[in-house]
Amino acid sequence: MNRFSYLRASSVSEAVAAVAGDPAARFIAGGTNLVDLMKYDVEKPGRLVDITRLPLNAIEETADGGLKIGALVPNSDLAYDQRVRRDYPLLSSAILAGASAQLRNAATTGGNLLQRTRCYYFYDVATPCNKREPGSGCSAIGGATRIHAILGASDSCIATHPSDMCVALAALEAVVHVQGPKGDRTIPIADFHRLPGDTPETDNTLEHGEMVTAVELPAPRFGAHHTYLKLRDRLSYAFALVSIAAAVELDGDVIGEVRVALGGVAHKPWRDADAEGALKGALPSSSAFADFADRLLSGAKGQGENDFKVELAKRAIVRALGQAAAGTPQVQSVKQVN
Amino acid sequence: MAQAQAAATSVTLTVNGESKTLDVAPWETLLDVLRERLHLTGAKKGCDQGQCGACTVLVDGRRVNSCLQLAVMRDGCEITTIEGLGEPASLHAMQAAFVKHDAFQCGYCTPGQICSAVGMIREGHAETAEEIRELMSGNLCRCGAYTNIVEAIEEVLAERNAPKLEAAE
Repeated sequence: MNRFSYLRASSVSEAVAAVAGDPAARFIAGGTNLVDLMKYDVEKPGRLVDITRLPLNAIEETADGGLKIGALVPNSDLAYDQRVRRDYPLLSSAILAGASAQLRNAATTGGNLLQRTRCYYFYDVATPCNKREPGSGCSAIGGATRIHAILGASDSCIATHPSDMCVALAALEAVVHVQGPKGDRTIPIADFHRLPGDTPETDNTLEHGEMVTAVELPAPRFGAHHTYLKLRDRLSYAFALVSIAAAVELDGDVIGEVRVALGGVAHKPWRDADAEGALKGALPSSSAFADFADRLLSGAKGQGENDFKVELAKRAIVRALGQAAAGTPQVQSVKQVN
Repeated sequence: MAQAQAAATSVTLTVNGESKTLDVAPWETLLDVLRERLHLTGAKKGCDQGQCGACTVLVDGRRVNSCLQLAVMRDGCEITTIEGLGEPASLHAMQAAFVKHDAFQCGYCTPGQICSAVGMIREGHAETAEEIRELMSGNLCRCGAYTNIVEAIEEVLAERNAPKLEAAE
Protein backbone atom coordinates (compact mmCIF):
# COMPACT_ATOMS: atom_id res chain seq x y z
CA MET A 1 0.00 0.00 0.00
CA ASN A 2 1.22 3.50 -0.79
CA ARG A 3 1.74 6.03 1.99
CA PHE A 4 -1.02 8.58 2.56
CA SER A 5 -2.34 11.05 5.11
CA TYR A 6 -5.55 10.52 7.05
CA LEU A 7 -8.30 12.91 8.02
CA ARG A 8 -11.27 11.97 10.17
CA ALA A 9 -14.03 14.30 8.97
CA SER A 10 -16.40 15.78 11.52
CA SER A 11 -18.97 17.15 9.05
CA VAL A 12 -20.10 16.46 5.49
CA SER A 13 -19.00 19.90 4.35
CA GLU A 14 -15.56 19.41 5.88
CA ALA A 15 -15.22 16.06 4.11
CA VAL A 16 -16.37 17.47 0.78
CA ALA A 17 -13.99 20.44 1.02
CA ALA A 18 -11.07 18.19 1.94
CA VAL A 19 -11.57 15.91 -1.07
CA ALA A 20 -12.63 18.61 -3.54
CA GLY A 21 -9.49 20.60 -2.80
CA ASP A 22 -7.08 17.72 -3.36
CA PRO A 23 -7.15 15.67 -6.60
CA ALA A 24 -5.30 12.84 -4.83
CA ALA A 25 -7.80 12.59 -1.94
CA ARG A 26 -10.51 9.93 -1.65
CA PHE A 27 -13.43 9.40 0.72
CA ILE A 28 -13.28 6.18 2.70
CA ALA A 29 -16.16 4.48 4.55
CA GLY A 30 -16.37 0.66 4.66
CA GLY A 31 -13.13 0.42 2.69
CA THR A 32 -13.97 -3.07 1.42
CA ASN A 33 -13.13 -2.14 -2.16
CA LEU A 34 -10.81 0.86 -1.75
CA VAL A 35 -8.42 -0.84 0.69
CA ASP A 36 -8.40 -3.89 -1.56
CA LEU A 37 -7.52 -1.73 -4.59
CA MET A 38 -4.83 0.06 -2.58
CA LYS A 39 -3.20 -3.29 -1.77
CA TYR A 40 -2.99 -3.97 -5.51
CA ASP A 41 -1.61 -0.45 -6.14
CA VAL A 42 -4.58 0.21 -8.41
CA GLU A 43 -5.63 3.08 -6.13
CA LYS A 44 -2.85 5.23 -4.67
CA PRO A 45 -4.59 8.06 -2.81
CA GLY A 46 -2.47 10.79 -1.26
CA ARG A 47 -5.05 11.33 1.44
CA LEU A 48 -7.99 9.40 2.83
CA VAL A 49 -10.91 11.31 4.30
CA ASP A 50 -12.73 9.06 6.77
CA ILE A 51 -16.46 9.77 6.64
CA THR A 52 -17.58 6.96 8.95
CA ARG A 53 -18.25 9.25 11.92
CA LEU A 54 -20.73 11.40 9.97
CA PRO A 55 -24.47 11.15 10.79
CA LEU A 56 -25.49 9.41 7.56
CA ASN A 57 -26.52 6.02 8.90
CA ALA A 58 -30.29 6.28 9.24
CA ILE A 59 -33.11 4.80 7.15
CA GLU A 60 -35.97 7.30 7.16
CA GLU A 61 -39.45 7.26 5.70
CA THR A 62 -40.07 9.99 3.13
CA ALA A 63 -43.16 12.19 2.76
CA ASP A 64 -44.22 10.38 -0.43
CA GLY A 65 -44.13 6.91 1.10
CA GLY A 66 -40.61 5.90 0.15
CA LEU A 67 -37.41 5.41 2.10
CA LYS A 68 -34.29 7.53 2.32
CA ILE A 69 -31.25 5.41 3.09
CA GLY A 70 -28.22 7.16 4.54
CA ALA A 71 -24.99 6.60 2.60
CA LEU A 72 -23.30 4.98 5.61
CA VAL A 73 -25.99 2.36 6.29
CA PRO A 74 -24.13 -0.96 6.08
CA ASN A 75 -25.29 -3.34 3.35
CA SER A 76 -26.32 -5.94 5.95
CA ASP A 77 -28.39 -3.44 7.98
CA LEU A 78 -30.15 -2.34 4.81
CA ALA A 79 -30.85 -5.90 3.64
CA TYR A 80 -32.31 -6.92 7.02
CA ASP A 81 -34.21 -3.71 7.78
CA GLN A 82 -37.83 -4.71 8.43
CA ARG A 83 -39.26 -1.97 6.17
CA VAL A 84 -36.91 -2.95 3.35
CA ARG A 85 -37.74 -6.65 3.71
CA ARG A 86 -41.46 -5.88 3.69
CA ASP A 87 -41.66 -3.16 1.03
CA TYR A 88 -38.53 -3.61 -1.08
CA PRO A 89 -37.75 -7.35 -0.87
CA LEU A 90 -36.07 -7.12 -4.29
CA LEU A 91 -33.44 -4.80 -2.81
CA SER A 92 -32.97 -6.99 0.26
CA SER A 93 -32.55 -10.09 -1.90
CA ALA A 94 -30.08 -8.44 -4.28
CA ILE A 95 -27.88 -7.25 -1.41
CA LEU A 96 -27.88 -10.71 0.16
CA ALA A 97 -26.87 -12.19 -3.20
CA GLY A 98 -23.67 -10.15 -3.13
CA ALA A 99 -20.32 -10.51 -1.37
CA SER A 100 -20.09 -12.30 1.99
CA ALA A 101 -21.68 -11.61 5.37
CA GLN A 102 -18.41 -10.07 6.63
CA LEU A 103 -18.16 -7.73 3.65
CA ARG A 104 -21.84 -6.76 3.88
CA ASN A 105 -21.30 -5.85 7.55
CA ALA A 106 -18.54 -3.41 6.58
CA ALA A 107 -19.60 -2.16 3.14
CA THR A 108 -21.88 0.87 2.99
CA THR A 109 -24.76 1.91 0.75
CA GLY A 110 -22.80 4.77 -0.81
CA GLY A 111 -19.69 2.64 -1.21
CA ASN A 112 -21.61 -0.09 -2.97
CA LEU A 113 -22.60 2.43 -5.66
CA LEU A 114 -18.96 3.45 -6.05
CA GLN A 115 -17.29 0.04 -6.14
CA ARG A 116 -15.14 -0.52 -9.17
CA THR A 117 -15.04 -3.26 -11.77
CA ARG A 118 -13.50 -6.62 -10.95
CA CYS A 119 -12.01 -6.88 -14.47
CA TYR A 120 -8.87 -9.00 -14.02
CA TYR A 121 -6.80 -6.59 -16.08
CA PHE A 122 -7.97 -3.53 -14.16
CA TYR A 123 -6.61 -5.21 -11.01
CA ASP A 124 -3.35 -6.38 -12.62
CA VAL A 125 -1.07 -3.35 -12.78
CA ALA A 126 1.35 -5.27 -15.02
CA THR A 127 -1.16 -5.12 -17.90
CA PRO A 128 -2.46 -2.16 -19.92
CA CYS A 129 -5.93 -0.94 -18.90
CA ASN A 130 -7.68 2.20 -20.11
CA LYS A 131 -9.76 2.42 -16.95
CA ARG A 132 -6.72 2.33 -14.66
CA GLU A 133 -4.32 4.16 -16.99
CA PRO A 134 -6.14 6.09 -19.73
CA GLY A 135 -4.65 5.58 -23.18
CA SER A 136 -2.69 2.45 -22.26
CA GLY A 137 -5.06 0.08 -24.07
CA CYS A 138 -7.53 -2.65 -23.11
CA SER A 139 -6.06 -6.04 -22.27
CA ALA A 140 -9.47 -7.62 -21.82
CA ILE A 141 -10.42 -7.32 -25.47
CA GLY A 142 -9.13 -10.54 -26.97
CA GLY A 143 -8.23 -11.83 -23.52
CA ALA A 144 -10.09 -13.69 -20.75
CA THR A 145 -13.57 -12.20 -20.97
CA ARG A 146 -15.82 -14.53 -18.98
CA ILE A 147 -16.94 -11.73 -16.62
CA HIS A 148 -17.00 -8.98 -19.23
CA ALA A 149 -19.67 -6.93 -20.95
CA ILE A 150 -21.96 -7.99 -23.75
CA LEU A 151 -23.89 -4.70 -23.88
CA GLY A 152 -22.77 -1.07 -24.11
CA ALA A 153 -19.05 -1.83 -24.30
CA SER A 154 -16.60 0.21 -26.35
CA ASP A 155 -13.30 -0.28 -28.13
CA SER A 156 -11.67 1.21 -25.02
CA CYS A 157 -13.25 -0.92 -22.30
CA ILE A 158 -15.44 -3.99 -21.86
CA ALA A 159 -15.58 -3.95 -18.04
CA THR A 160 -18.78 -4.56 -16.09
CA HIS A 161 -20.12 -2.91 -12.96
CA PRO A 162 -19.99 -5.61 -10.27
CA SER A 163 -22.74 -4.51 -7.87
CA ASP A 164 -25.86 -6.55 -7.14
CA MET A 165 -27.45 -3.82 -5.03
CA CYS A 166 -27.29 -1.32 -7.89
CA VAL A 167 -29.13 -3.69 -10.23
CA ALA A 168 -32.07 -3.73 -7.82
CA LEU A 169 -31.82 0.05 -7.36
CA ALA A 170 -32.04 0.44 -11.14
CA ALA A 171 -35.22 -1.66 -11.28
CA LEU A 172 -36.68 0.27 -8.34
CA GLU A 173 -35.74 3.63 -9.93
CA ALA A 174 -33.87 4.93 -6.91
CA VAL A 175 -32.49 8.45 -6.71
CA VAL A 176 -28.99 9.24 -5.43
CA HIS A 177 -28.51 12.27 -3.18
CA VAL A 178 -25.16 13.98 -3.47
CA GLN A 179 -23.41 16.85 -1.72
CA GLY A 180 -20.52 18.57 -3.44
CA PRO A 181 -18.45 21.74 -3.40
CA LYS A 182 -21.14 23.44 -5.52
CA GLY A 183 -24.03 22.28 -3.32
CA ASP A 184 -26.55 19.45 -3.24
CA ARG A 185 -28.14 17.63 -6.16
CA THR A 186 -30.02 14.43 -6.91
CA ILE A 187 -29.19 11.96 -9.67
CA PRO A 188 -31.60 9.27 -10.93
CA ILE A 189 -29.86 5.89 -10.64
CA ALA A 190 -30.11 5.42 -14.42
CA ASP A 191 -27.89 8.48 -14.87
CA PHE A 192 -25.50 7.74 -12.00
CA HIS A 193 -23.32 5.11 -13.66
CA ARG A 194 -22.19 5.58 -17.25
CA LEU A 195 -21.05 3.59 -20.25
CA PRO A 196 -17.29 3.51 -20.89
CA GLY A 197 -17.15 5.21 -24.31
CA ASP A 198 -13.65 6.55 -24.78
CA THR A 199 -13.31 7.65 -21.13
CA PRO A 200 -13.63 4.39 -19.20
CA GLU A 201 -11.61 5.82 -16.31
CA THR A 202 -14.85 7.57 -15.28
CA ASP A 203 -17.31 5.11 -13.73
CA ASN A 204 -20.08 7.54 -12.87
CA THR A 205 -21.34 11.10 -13.20
CA LEU A 206 -20.02 12.39 -9.86
CA GLU A 207 -17.47 15.17 -9.90
CA HIS A 208 -14.36 14.87 -7.76
CA GLY A 209 -15.31 15.93 -4.24
CA GLU A 210 -18.99 15.09 -4.59
CA MET A 211 -20.12 12.69 -1.88
CA VAL A 212 -23.10 10.36 -1.93
CA THR A 213 -25.16 11.22 1.16
CA ALA A 214 -28.27 9.06 0.64
CA VAL A 215 -30.19 6.80 -1.72
CA GLU A 216 -33.92 7.41 -1.97
CA LEU A 217 -36.46 4.78 -2.95
CA PRO A 218 -39.85 5.78 -4.38
CA ALA A 219 -43.00 4.38 -2.73
CA PRO A 220 -43.18 0.58 -3.03
CA ARG A 221 -45.41 -0.83 -5.79
CA PHE A 222 -44.52 -4.39 -6.78
CA GLY A 223 -45.46 -6.40 -3.66
CA ALA A 224 -44.43 -10.06 -3.90
CA HIS A 225 -43.99 -9.88 -7.69
CA HIS A 226 -40.26 -9.57 -7.89
CA THR A 227 -37.10 -11.65 -8.00
CA TYR A 228 -33.34 -11.28 -8.00
CA LEU A 229 -31.86 -14.14 -9.98
CA LYS A 230 -28.06 -14.29 -9.95
CA LEU A 231 -26.06 -16.81 -12.01
CA ARG A 232 -22.37 -17.24 -11.23
CA ASP A 233 -19.45 -19.66 -11.28
CA ARG A 234 -19.93 -20.83 -7.69
CA LEU A 235 -23.10 -20.94 -5.64
CA SER A 236 -22.27 -18.10 -3.26
CA TYR A 237 -19.73 -15.32 -2.80
CA ALA A 238 -18.96 -14.72 -6.47
CA PHE A 239 -19.70 -11.92 -8.90
CA ALA A 240 -22.50 -12.39 -11.39
CA LEU A 241 -22.01 -13.78 -14.85
CA VAL A 242 -25.56 -12.57 -15.36
CA SER A 243 -28.06 -11.29 -12.83
CA ILE A 244 -31.65 -10.17 -13.26
CA ALA A 245 -33.67 -7.83 -11.04
CA ALA A 246 -37.30 -8.17 -12.10
CA ALA A 247 -40.45 -6.54 -10.73
CA VAL A 248 -43.91 -6.92 -12.23
CA GLU A 249 -47.22 -5.25 -11.53
CA LEU A 250 -50.19 -7.39 -12.55
CA ASP A 251 -53.36 -5.76 -13.80
CA GLY A 252 -55.83 -8.60 -13.41
CA ASP A 253 -54.50 -11.37 -15.64
CA VAL A 254 -52.27 -9.16 -17.73
CA ILE A 255 -48.96 -7.45 -17.13
CA GLY A 256 -49.01 -3.84 -16.03
CA GLU A 257 -45.77 -2.05 -15.28
CA VAL A 258 -42.57 -4.08 -15.56
CA ARG A 259 -39.03 -3.27 -14.50
CA VAL A 260 -36.09 -5.45 -15.47
CA ALA A 261 -32.45 -4.56 -14.85
CA LEU A 262 -29.48 -6.75 -15.77
CA GLY A 263 -26.23 -7.06 -13.87
CA GLY A 264 -22.91 -8.52 -14.96
CA VAL A 265 -23.46 -7.60 -18.60
CA ALA A 266 -22.51 -3.92 -18.91
CA HIS A 267 -20.61 -0.99 -17.41
CA LYS A 268 -23.85 -0.09 -15.59
CA PRO A 269 -27.10 -1.86 -14.68
CA TRP A 270 -28.87 -2.41 -18.02
CA ARG A 271 -32.47 -1.43 -18.65
CA ASP A 272 -34.63 -0.74 -21.69
CA ALA A 273 -37.77 1.24 -20.86
CA ASP A 274 -39.20 0.77 -24.37
CA ALA A 275 -38.95 -3.00 -24.08
CA GLU A 276 -40.58 -2.84 -20.65
CA GLY A 277 -43.41 -0.72 -22.09
CA ALA A 278 -43.99 -3.23 -24.88
CA LEU A 279 -44.70 -5.98 -22.32
CA LYS A 280 -47.57 -3.97 -20.85
CA GLY A 281 -50.92 -5.62 -21.50
CA ALA A 282 -49.45 -9.01 -22.42
CA LEU A 283 -50.45 -12.22 -20.68
CA PRO A 284 -47.55 -13.55 -18.62
CA SER A 285 -46.05 -16.38 -20.69
CA SER A 286 -42.66 -17.77 -21.56
CA SER A 287 -43.08 -16.65 -25.15
CA ALA A 288 -43.91 -13.07 -24.16
CA PHE A 289 -40.93 -13.06 -21.79
CA ALA A 290 -38.68 -14.51 -24.51
CA ASP A 291 -39.72 -11.77 -26.92
CA PHE A 292 -38.94 -9.22 -24.23
CA ALA A 293 -35.54 -10.84 -23.61
CA ASP A 294 -34.71 -10.74 -27.33
CA ARG A 295 -35.52 -7.05 -27.36
CA LEU A 296 -33.55 -6.28 -24.19
CA LEU A 297 -30.53 -8.15 -25.56
CA SER A 298 -30.77 -6.70 -29.08
CA GLY A 299 -27.35 -5.31 -29.87
CA ALA A 300 -25.66 -7.68 -27.43
CA LYS A 301 -22.24 -8.80 -28.58
CA GLY A 302 -19.97 -11.37 -27.00
CA GLN A 303 -16.23 -10.97 -26.73
CA GLY A 304 -15.44 -14.57 -27.61
CA GLU A 305 -15.05 -16.31 -24.29
CA ASN A 306 -18.25 -14.74 -22.98
CA ASP A 307 -20.44 -15.30 -26.06
CA PHE A 308 -22.52 -17.70 -23.96
CA LYS A 309 -23.74 -14.83 -21.79
CA VAL A 310 -26.09 -13.54 -24.49
CA GLU A 311 -28.18 -16.73 -24.48
CA LEU A 312 -27.68 -17.18 -20.72
CA ALA A 313 -29.08 -13.69 -20.10
CA LYS A 314 -32.11 -14.34 -22.33
CA ARG A 315 -32.99 -17.58 -20.58
CA ALA A 316 -32.40 -16.06 -17.15
CA ILE A 317 -34.76 -13.20 -18.02
CA VAL A 318 -37.52 -15.68 -18.94
CA ARG A 319 -37.00 -17.53 -15.64
CA ALA A 320 -36.86 -14.32 -13.62
CA LEU A 321 -39.99 -12.83 -15.14
CA GLY A 322 -41.76 -16.13 -14.54
CA GLN A 323 -40.72 -16.05 -10.88
CA ALA A 324 -41.76 -12.40 -10.53
CA ALA A 325 -45.14 -12.86 -12.23
CA ALA A 326 -45.89 -15.89 -10.06
CA GLY A 327 -44.83 -14.11 -6.89
CA THR A 328 -42.25 -16.81 -6.15
CA PRO A 329 -38.96 -14.95 -5.88
CA GLN A 330 -35.60 -16.72 -5.77
CA VAL A 331 -34.47 -17.22 -2.17
CA GLN A 332 -30.73 -16.57 -1.99
CA SER A 333 -29.95 -19.55 0.26
CA VAL A 334 -31.77 -21.87 -2.18
CA LYS A 335 -29.53 -22.76 -5.10
CA GLN A 336 -32.01 -24.52 -7.35
CA VAL A 337 -33.59 -22.24 -9.94
CA ASN A 338 -37.22 -22.92 -10.72
CA MET B 1 -11.82 20.39 14.08
CA ALA B 2 -10.36 17.24 12.65
CA GLN B 3 -6.66 17.19 11.83
CA ALA B 4 -4.96 15.58 8.88
CA GLN B 5 -2.44 12.95 9.96
CA ALA B 6 0.34 11.75 7.73
CA ALA B 7 2.24 9.97 10.45
CA ALA B 8 1.26 7.80 13.36
CA THR B 9 -2.01 8.43 15.15
CA SER B 10 -2.82 7.34 18.66
CA VAL B 11 -5.78 4.96 18.77
CA THR B 12 -7.42 3.09 21.60
CA LEU B 13 -8.85 -0.33 20.89
CA THR B 14 -10.52 -2.60 23.41
CA VAL B 15 -9.14 -5.96 22.40
CA ASN B 16 -10.63 -9.02 24.05
CA GLY B 17 -11.74 -6.82 26.93
CA GLU B 18 -8.40 -5.07 27.47
CA SER B 19 -7.87 -1.44 26.55
CA LYS B 20 -4.87 -0.97 24.26
CA THR B 21 -3.57 2.45 23.23
CA LEU B 22 -0.99 2.51 20.48
CA ASP B 23 0.31 4.68 17.65
CA VAL B 24 -0.65 3.37 14.23
CA ALA B 25 0.24 4.55 10.76
CA PRO B 26 -2.81 5.30 8.54
CA TRP B 27 -1.98 2.35 6.27
CA GLU B 28 -1.75 -0.28 9.01
CA THR B 29 -4.61 -2.74 8.81
CA LEU B 30 -6.40 -4.01 11.87
CA LEU B 31 -5.14 -7.49 11.02
CA ASP B 32 -1.51 -6.36 10.99
CA VAL B 33 -1.95 -4.46 14.26
CA LEU B 34 -3.51 -7.50 15.93
CA ARG B 35 -0.86 -9.90 14.69
CA GLU B 36 2.34 -7.85 14.57
CA ARG B 37 1.81 -5.29 17.32
CA LEU B 38 -0.42 -7.07 19.81
CA HIS B 39 0.90 -10.57 19.01
CA LEU B 40 -2.59 -12.02 18.67
CA THR B 41 -1.82 -14.42 15.83
CA GLY B 42 -5.13 -16.29 15.87
CA ALA B 43 -6.60 -14.21 13.05
CA LYS B 44 -4.76 -15.35 9.93
CA LYS B 45 -3.46 -13.48 6.93
CA GLY B 46 -4.72 -15.82 4.23
CA CYS B 47 -5.38 -13.81 1.08
CA ASP B 48 -5.11 -10.32 2.65
CA GLN B 49 -7.76 -9.21 0.12
CA GLY B 50 -11.10 -9.99 1.75
CA GLN B 51 -11.61 -13.17 -0.22
CA CYS B 52 -10.91 -16.00 2.24
CA GLY B 53 -12.27 -14.97 5.65
CA ALA B 54 -9.31 -16.33 7.65
CA CYS B 55 -8.82 -12.88 9.22
CA THR B 56 -12.42 -12.62 10.48
CA VAL B 57 -12.79 -10.91 13.87
CA LEU B 58 -15.69 -9.23 15.63
CA VAL B 59 -15.69 -5.42 15.66
CA ASP B 60 -18.29 -4.07 18.06
CA GLY B 61 -19.83 -7.53 17.90
CA ARG B 62 -20.04 -7.71 14.08
CA ARG B 63 -17.90 -10.04 12.01
CA VAL B 64 -15.66 -8.31 9.48
CA ASN B 65 -12.52 -9.05 7.44
CA SER B 66 -9.79 -7.43 9.55
CA CYS B 67 -7.45 -7.34 6.53
CA LEU B 68 -9.67 -4.68 4.91
CA GLN B 69 -10.03 -2.51 8.02
CA LEU B 70 -7.62 0.34 8.60
CA ALA B 71 -6.79 0.30 12.32
CA VAL B 72 -6.85 4.10 12.52
CA MET B 73 -10.53 4.06 11.53
CA ARG B 74 -11.45 1.66 14.33
CA ASP B 75 -10.37 4.01 17.14
CA GLY B 76 -12.66 3.41 20.12
CA CYS B 77 -13.99 0.05 18.90
CA GLU B 78 -14.24 -3.26 20.75
CA ILE B 79 -12.41 -6.05 18.96
CA THR B 80 -12.87 -9.73 19.73
CA THR B 81 -10.47 -12.25 18.25
CA ILE B 82 -10.40 -16.02 18.61
CA GLU B 83 -8.14 -15.53 21.67
CA GLY B 84 -10.96 -13.61 23.35
CA LEU B 85 -13.68 -16.18 22.76
CA GLY B 86 -12.35 -18.98 24.95
CA GLU B 87 -9.28 -20.56 26.53
CA PRO B 88 -8.07 -24.15 26.17
CA ALA B 89 -9.41 -24.88 29.66
CA SER B 90 -12.74 -23.12 29.05
CA LEU B 91 -13.65 -23.32 25.39
CA HIS B 92 -16.40 -21.23 23.83
CA ALA B 93 -19.33 -23.44 22.80
CA MET B 94 -18.42 -22.95 19.15
CA GLN B 95 -14.81 -23.95 19.74
CA ALA B 96 -15.97 -27.06 21.60
CA ALA B 97 -18.39 -27.93 18.80
CA PHE B 98 -15.63 -27.59 16.17
CA VAL B 99 -13.47 -30.03 18.17
CA LYS B 100 -16.35 -32.44 18.72
CA HIS B 101 -17.36 -32.48 15.04
CA ASP B 102 -13.80 -32.55 13.67
CA ALA B 103 -14.64 -29.36 11.81
CA PHE B 104 -11.11 -28.72 10.55
CA GLN B 105 -8.09 -30.46 9.16
CA CYS B 106 -5.11 -28.12 8.95
CA GLY B 107 -6.78 -25.54 11.20
CA TYR B 108 -5.60 -22.45 9.33
CA CYS B 109 -9.08 -21.14 8.53
CA THR B 110 -10.54 -22.25 11.88
CA PRO B 111 -10.15 -19.03 13.95
CA GLY B 112 -11.89 -17.11 11.17
CA GLN B 113 -14.55 -19.80 10.79
CA ILE B 114 -15.31 -19.74 14.52
CA CYS B 115 -15.40 -15.94 14.82
CA SER B 116 -17.61 -15.84 11.73
CA ALA B 117 -19.95 -18.51 13.10
CA VAL B 118 -20.26 -16.69 16.44
CA GLY B 119 -21.01 -13.46 14.58
CA MET B 120 -23.54 -15.22 12.36
CA ILE B 121 -25.47 -16.65 15.32
CA ARG B 122 -25.60 -13.20 16.91
CA GLU B 123 -26.97 -11.79 13.65
CA GLY B 124 -29.86 -14.23 13.99
CA HIS B 125 -30.60 -14.93 10.31
CA ALA B 126 -29.43 -18.55 10.03
CA GLU B 127 -31.74 -21.41 10.97
CA THR B 128 -31.34 -24.14 8.36
CA ALA B 129 -28.21 -25.86 7.06
CA GLU B 130 -28.77 -24.08 3.71
CA GLU B 131 -28.84 -20.71 5.45
CA ILE B 132 -25.70 -21.58 7.44
CA ARG B 133 -23.88 -22.49 4.22
CA GLU B 134 -24.97 -19.29 2.52
CA LEU B 135 -24.13 -17.01 5.46
CA MET B 136 -20.76 -18.73 6.07
CA SER B 137 -19.71 -18.49 2.41
CA GLY B 138 -17.21 -15.77 3.24
CA ASN B 139 -15.01 -18.33 5.01
CA LEU B 140 -13.14 -20.66 2.70
CA CYS B 141 -11.72 -23.99 3.88
CA ARG B 142 -9.27 -25.50 1.44
CA CYS B 143 -9.23 -28.79 3.37
CA GLY B 144 -12.93 -29.03 2.59
CA ALA B 145 -14.21 -29.48 6.15
CA TYR B 146 -17.45 -27.72 5.25
CA THR B 147 -19.75 -30.64 6.09
CA ASN B 148 -18.42 -30.86 9.64
CA ILE B 149 -18.30 -27.09 10.04
CA VAL B 150 -22.01 -26.90 9.25
CA GLU B 151 -22.72 -29.73 11.71
CA ALA B 152 -20.77 -27.96 14.47
CA ILE B 153 -22.65 -24.73 13.90
CA GLU B 154 -26.00 -26.54 13.73
CA GLU B 155 -25.31 -28.07 17.13
CA VAL B 156 -24.53 -24.70 18.73
CA LEU B 157 -27.63 -23.19 17.13
CA ALA B 158 -29.79 -26.04 18.43
CA GLU B 159 -28.37 -25.71 21.95
CA ARG B 160 -29.00 -22.01 21.84
CA ASN B 161 -32.58 -22.46 20.67
CA ALA B 162 -33.41 -25.34 23.03
CA PRO B 163 -34.01 -23.26 26.21
CA LYS B 164 -36.34 -20.97 24.27
CA LEU B 165 -38.48 -23.92 23.19
CA GLU B 166 -38.69 -25.24 26.73
CA ALA B 167 -39.60 -21.81 28.03
CA ALA B 168 -42.39 -21.57 25.48
CA GLU B 169 -44.03 -24.78 26.67
